[in-house]
Amino acid sequence: MKAMKIKMLPIAIWCLAVAAAIPALATAAVERYVIDTEGGHAFVQFRVKHLAYSWLYGRFNDFSGTFTYDTEDTSNSKVEVTIDTASLDSNHAERDKHLRGKDFLEVDRYPQASFKSTAYKETGFNTSVLEGELTLKGITKPITIEVQRIGNGPDPWGGYRRGYQGSTSFALKDFGIDYNLGPAAREVEMILSIEGVRQ
Amino acid sequence: MWRNTDDGYGLVAVVLHWLVAVVVVGLFVLGLWMVELTYYDVWYRRSTDIHKGVGFLLFFVVLARLAWRLVNPRPVPEPTHTRLERVAAAVTHVLFYVLLFAVMTAGYLISTADGRAIDVFGLFKVPATIAGLPGQADIAGDVHLALAIALIVLTVIHSLAALKHHFIDRDRTLLRMLGRRTPRPSRSSADSRRGA
Repeated sequence: MKAMKIKMLPIAIWCLAVAAAIPALATAAVERYVIDTEGGHAFVQFRVKHLAYSWLYGRFNDFSGTFTYDTEDTSNSKVEVTIDTASLDSNHAERDKHLRGKDFLEVDRYPQASFKSTAYKETGFNTSVLEGELTLKGITKPITIEVQRIGNGPDPWGGYRRGYQGSTSFALKDFGIDYNLGPAAREVEMILSIEGVRQ
Repeated sequence: MWRNTDDGYGLVAVVLHWLVAVVVVGLFVLGLWMVELTYYDVWYRRSTDIHKGVGFLLFFVVLARLAWRLVNPRPVPEPTHTRLERVAAAVTHVLFYVLLFAVMTAGYLISTADGRAIDVFGLFKVPATIAGLPGQADIAGDVHLALAIALIVLTVIHSLAALKHHFIDRDRTLLRMLGRRTPRPSRSSADSRRGA
């Protein structure tokens, strides 16, 4: 019997090693994605009411970001995005100049805006809620983004992609932007179209 | 009467001088004022339309002035002017033209940074030429303001010099730019004028 026990020891050690490796395998379920800004398959857009009569659209042309997607525990998924505020583009040079200036984004002092997620919760087959902290004009505040998964799967070139659309809105004043554009333009909506390429 | 002579400026040169002076100072004040207006001010759009329209018309006035200067005799400097004063005046005049064209070009590059044309009072549009340079509107804006301030500083120096000639040196420098064309007095007639 004793000899038997000794013989079983290597097997037990092997079993323990396998058991220890299981969490490591589980973390392998965390997929890492880089937002495809290089291929131009991602958009950070905003819209604000003009005089309460129409929507004005703009976007930030330069940004970068990554996200992780945990296929085992989706709530463990995370997003980080950094935006170059000077890359604002609303299709009008004079307006863009004004928006980059001291009345709005003050891009000389605050060249970057960023978003870092704090929680992610899938609420349906392709809907989820992403919470995180937005830093804009040096002010960091929590925001909630409603997320829709548009799709995911292999691309024709041997890669794997995952794409979402997110939307949120907040008061410009919350981030120190207090220029009077009228009562209908106090809130800005953000429309985020993000496609990530799995690494 | 219209043309310059050796001893004075003609009416065209005098009118062009004061027109440019008034417009430059006016555009400077208008420019500083208009950028502080709020979105709901009725002048928010009108002020910039006027600034751009007048600014573009000024370009042609300055061109015309330069052309007129080239085809007219240059009045001989006052005999009371020192050599230093003559050199300073010549440098100032060249600097004025350089600054005027530079400030107008910088302004043009702000509004046309995205390829949009500049509308001149609905009469015609000035097309964009150089557009889409990185940071074009912002850099051109900073340069436009800096050059405008330099132009006004030079205007102040120029004006103080004119007043110095009029009130301290008591010569005809300022009067000549107001169209006065008294013939250069000889020494004896200058004495008799003092006595009069």
